[in-house]
Parts: sequence; structure tokens; C-alpha cells
Amino acid sequence: MGEKTLKDEKERWENSTLKNFVAKAPERQKEFATVSQNPVSTLYTPLDFEEKDYLEKLGFPGEYPFTRGIYPNMYRGRLWTMRQYAGFGTAEQSNQRFKYLLDQGQTGLSVAFDLPTQVGYDSDHPLAEGEVGKVGVAIDSLADMEILFEGIPLDKVSTSMTINAPAAILLSMYIAVAEKQGVPRSELRGTIQNDILKEYIARGTYIFPPKPSMRLVVDTLAFCAREMPKWNPISISGYHIREAGADAVQEVAFTLADAIEYCKAAQQAGMDIDQFAPQLSFFFAAHNDLFEEVAKFRAARRLWAKIMKEKFHAQDPRSMMLRFHTQTGGSTLTAQQPDNNVVRVAIQALAAVLGGTQSLHTNSRDEALGLPTEKSVQIALRTQQIIAYESGVTNTVDPLGGSYYLEHLTDQIEKRAQEYLERIESMGSMVEAIELGYIQREIQASAYKYQKSIESGERIIVGLNKFKTEEESPQEILKVDPRLRELQIKRIQEVKQKRNNEKVNAILKKIEDVASTGENLVPYFIEAVKAYATLGEITGALRKVFGEYQQQVIF
Amino acid sequence: MEKGKVRILIAKVGLDGHDRGAKYIAQALRDKGYEVIYTGIRQTPEDIVKAAIQEDAQFVGLSLLSGAHNQLFPKVVQLLKEKGAEDIVVFGGGVIPADDIPFLKSQGIKEIFPPGTTIDEVVDFIEKTLKDAAH
Repeated sequence: MGEKTLKDEKERWENSTLKNFVAKAPERQKEFATVSQNPVSTLYTPLDFEEKDYLEKLGFPGEYPFTRGIYPNMYRGRLWTMRQYAGFGTAEQSNQRFKYLLDQGQTGLSVAFDLPTQVGYDSDHPLAEGEVGKVGVAIDSLADMEILFEGIPLDKVSTSMTINAPAAILLSMYIAVAEKQGVPRSELRGTIQNDILKEYIARGTYIFPPKPSMRLVVDTLAFCAREMPKWNPISISGYHIREAGADAVQEVAFTLADAIEYCKAAQQAGMDIDQFAPQLSFFFAAHNDLFEEVAKFRAARRLWAKIMKEKFHAQDPRSMMLRFHTQTGGSTLTAQQPDNNVVRVAIQALAAVLGGTQSLHTNSRDEALGLPTEKSVQIALRTQQIIAYESGVTNTVDPLGGSYYLEHLTDQIEKRAQEYLERIESMGSMVEAIELGYIQREIQASAYKYQKSIESGERIIVGLNKFKTEEESPQEILKVDPRLRELQIKRIQEVKQKRNNEKVNAILKKIEDVASTGENLVPYFIEAVKAYATLGEITGALRKVFGEYQQQVIF
Repeated sequence: MEKGKVRILIAKVGLDGHDRGAKYIAQALRDKGYEVIYTGIRQTPEDIVKAAIQEDAQFVGLSLLSGAHNQLFPKVVQLLKEKGAEDIVVFGGGVIPADDIPFLKSQGIKEIFPPGTTIDEVVDFIEKTLKDAAH
């Protein structure tokens, strides 16, 4: 059948079969669209995707433009890394949870730090009140880090750490613990998030202004390129941008815009693109609109490959590969009928796998209520294992590839994201677009519209605005002992008594000096943490030189 | 009282940066006709009390998703009292387990809005509180 015939036939079908049918039985909505406002037609056919586009747009997995996946055989070789974000309370408690997760078949660790750690305050800082050990583990000094990884062989696991503003310091602690275990830094596998730009946009755990923050990122990129070839020194994150209310297109666009900014900064610092780009990693969300999400991952991969090749002139194919972690969407979970969240997470996790993720965190059903219980975490991990071992989707590469609908959506998302990138470039740079508040306003507008559509009932969320039931009695929720802060404070005091304070003061002074030069700070951080300088002391030295970021309130 | 004359401070207390809910409430209340001030993230109880008094707010809406609500919400109420501003009504929202709500209410937080709350529920609360105060 030729193209013309198909086109004629489709028109005939629309004007007769479809039209007559809909005349008798009207459709549920006047117009259909994805969650991110991509219009959706009744039917997609080869007219939406031509075979001649195949080589240019899709190609083969493991080859440019990597639309179908970054490895030639994807999950037929190795499954994705099942990596549940965990950590709460003291280092001892988190260490127990890590060992539990490894026993349950988890294949990588992902450390959640509490907020004081994330913004560089020790547990005894006044602003740490109420927050110690709440959303993650409290780390004040190397002493806590040693307990956190006690009995976990760091040459055997890969560890991801959700840490940004003080990422280089926590990486230094990890190196120090590993070296005590006899594992050289060159052997370490894992990731630090280290993506400061999205902190200004969405997540909020910044410390310093953008310029010195970018310098810390570049220092880490340079250090890891030189000394830690197996480490991902950054995980450029769309996840938090999405969770703040961005749609799928904005998630791709703003994440890649951040990535472009890091590449430019590293190049300006004298690095060659192929020297660091293979170590860049990404982090996306997976939400409920299954096909749109799969398309999003594929569009991001294709777009990034093109950017690296055409804009940055990368030569190494590994520089063009968008490797990413995925987490299911926390903001899609409901506090109402929390067991329904298990189903949402399953759909989202499936989208991540069909989209070719390298690692995955599945959220627990009770995350809209509080910290997840061990039972909930187990169900979340089992969800991944069922997809991996029972669903069959792992048997071939990019199994949805070639779906007329999916390819159409992939094209749409890429096109719309590209338009955003052009707009951002016209503003000068991503940092400028953030400073202008443009990115924050775009996200805010999407978030507002989305919430309005739920409240008006236009968008249905099962159990929330439709199919409501009498609330079941509140279930078990994990609580953190409020006395934990006292324990942490006691440990800080012990550390400060035992260490050589003269040595600590000297290295802190040295860090202050180096901060005002262009020299790489990471080796000095390693020296400081080994001397048991606390996180608060090290960031304190940096605060003196770098200052603190004052956010602009945009709403 | 006309809505435009009712001043509401929406505040992010504590260190968490999750401001999607707070911004939504702020913008939606403004669209409903109230005068709304949003503090931005990472505010201390002291910052918030100062802003509430300076801005002559009648309501303070606290948002927190990190689990520090049992410490930080009561502190705001207590500081308002110390400043002689106990007539300012404090309410809160965020990821707050149901069994913490009685404690928070006993500490003077007038209402807690859990995830899934609609803006109309918040408006009803504000209007009812104003009506009760007028009697």
C-alpha cells in the first residue's frame, strides 16, 4: 500500500466509520491531551512516522542518536540497578536499613541526607532544630560516615548520594571511608547529585551564590575525571523540576539547559568536552501518562546526543549517551487510599523501564503520609522485581519503539523542548534565565494550572476527587525520635575532643585561602574530613569567602 | 470584612524547599481576593513572626514537608504570643501524619490541612474564623 492510498484511506475512515460511530456515541471529552498538554488524536498510523525517518531519528541502540537506548542489547545483558533512596535518623539506623535493602536483593545504595546536612549545618546549629535525621541521615563528620557504611564493602556496591551544595565534601568523606576499608578512590562506583542549578529553580538546598557554586561543580568534574573514572560526579536532575510542577517537556528542556550550562563552565575552566562528558549522568521523574513518559526519555536521549555532537562537537560516543536514573513521581501519590499508590508506582516504573533507564527508585505507597515503613519499601522494590523478572518487557530493546503514537509523541516532546532551549539561549544562559525568574515562573504556571484542573474535577485523580471512600484508619508510619539531635550533638562534641584541633584549624584556614584562588578545592576537602573537621566547619570556611545565596521570591 | 482587607502570610518554615503547595495556596488565595504575602523558603519561626507583625497579617499559613512540624509550628505560635500578637491565627499544611494533628491543635495551631486539601476548604476555614471572631 502506497503512502497516498493510506492517506486517502485514513480520510475515508475518519469521514465515514469514525464519524458515524462518534455521532451515535459521543466521546468522553471534546479534546484529548497528555498530562503535558501534547494533543492526542484518535489514531496514529504510518502517516505519523515514515520509514525513511527511521535511520535518522531512531537508528540502532548503542549508536547515535541513542533514541532506542544507550546499550546495544539493553536489559538482555544487565538489568537496571534497583536503587531505593533511603536514610533517616542516625547513621546506625540508616546503616541497618541499607543492610536490609541489600539483603532484599537491592543492587545499589542511595543515601538520603537530612536537611541540615544538605545545607551544610551541623546538628548543633540553631537552624537544625526539628530537622535532624528527619528526611535523611544526619552526617556531621567522618565519624558518622564511618558508621553509615560500616560492614558494607564499598568495592562491591555502587552508592548514590543526594547531596548538592556540599557534594564535594560528602564525596570526600566517602573517599576517606573507602580508603580506610582499603578501597582506592579509583575503584569507587556511584554518584553525587551535585546539580546546584536545579536547587535554585526547584529544590531549595543551595548554600552559595551561583558563581562559586558552579566553581565547586567544575572542581568536582575535574577531580573525578582525573582520579575517579568510575564515579558520576553529577546527576543533572529533572526530577525535582518535575516535582515542583513542571510538565514533561519542561522537565526535559530545563534539565538539558542545566547540563549545557555545566558543559560550558567546564570548558571555560579548560577541560575538553570528551574529558568529562562521559561521566555526566541524569535523573528524571516517571509520572502516570505512560506513553508520554516513555517518549520523554527517548526524546531526551536523542536531543542530548544531538546537542553533544552538534553544539559541543564531542567525538567520543560516550559523551553523547544520556545515562539516567529514574524515580517515580512523589507528587503523584495521594494521601487518600494510599494502597492505590502501589498501582501508580507500577505504571510509572514500567514507563521508566520501557524508556530505557539505567537505575530506578520506586516510591513507597505511604510517602504522602510520612517516611515509608519497611513493609512499604519492600512492596516498592518488589514492583521493580516483578517488572524485571515477570513482565517480559526486558526481553527486547525499546519494545514500544515503532508505535506510531509513541514516535509521534517523541517528536513532539523533542520539538517543544528544543524551542525552550532556544528561548533560554536567547536570554544569554540558563543562569540568567534562572536569575530573571523565567524558569521558576514557567514551572509555577504549569503547577498552578495542573492543581486547578484537579480542583475543578477536569482531571480525575482516583480516590482524591473521584471514587472517594471513607478513610481507612491511619496505618503505621515511621517516626524519627526527636531526641536524636541530642545524640548527634554529643557525637560532635566527642569528635571535637578527640581530634587534633590545631590541624583542623590549619586546614580550614587553608580552605578559605584556596577558595579565593582558582585551585581545585577537592583535595583540601579530603584532607579536612580526614582530620575530622565537621561539615559545618568546612562549609563555614567557604561561606566566609563565597557568601550565601539570597533567593528571590517568585509567585 | 472584605476579602481584600484580609491579609494572609504564607510561610515556609524550616529547611525544606518543597514550595509547590505553599505557592499554590498563596496564588489561589490571592485569586480568591485576599491579600497574600509569601515569604519564600527556609524561614525561621523568628523570621515568620517578624514578617507577620510587620505585614499586619491576620492569618499565618505554615507549610512544612520535612517532618519538623511538631517542633517548628508550636514555636511560631509561642513567639507570636511573646510578641503580644496571639490574635494572629496560625494554620498549617504539608506532609503531616494524622496522629500529630491533635498535638498541633493543642499547641494553638488552629487548623491543619493535609495533602489533597482544596482551596475552597482553606477559604471556608478563613471565612468561618473571621465570622467567629466578629461575634
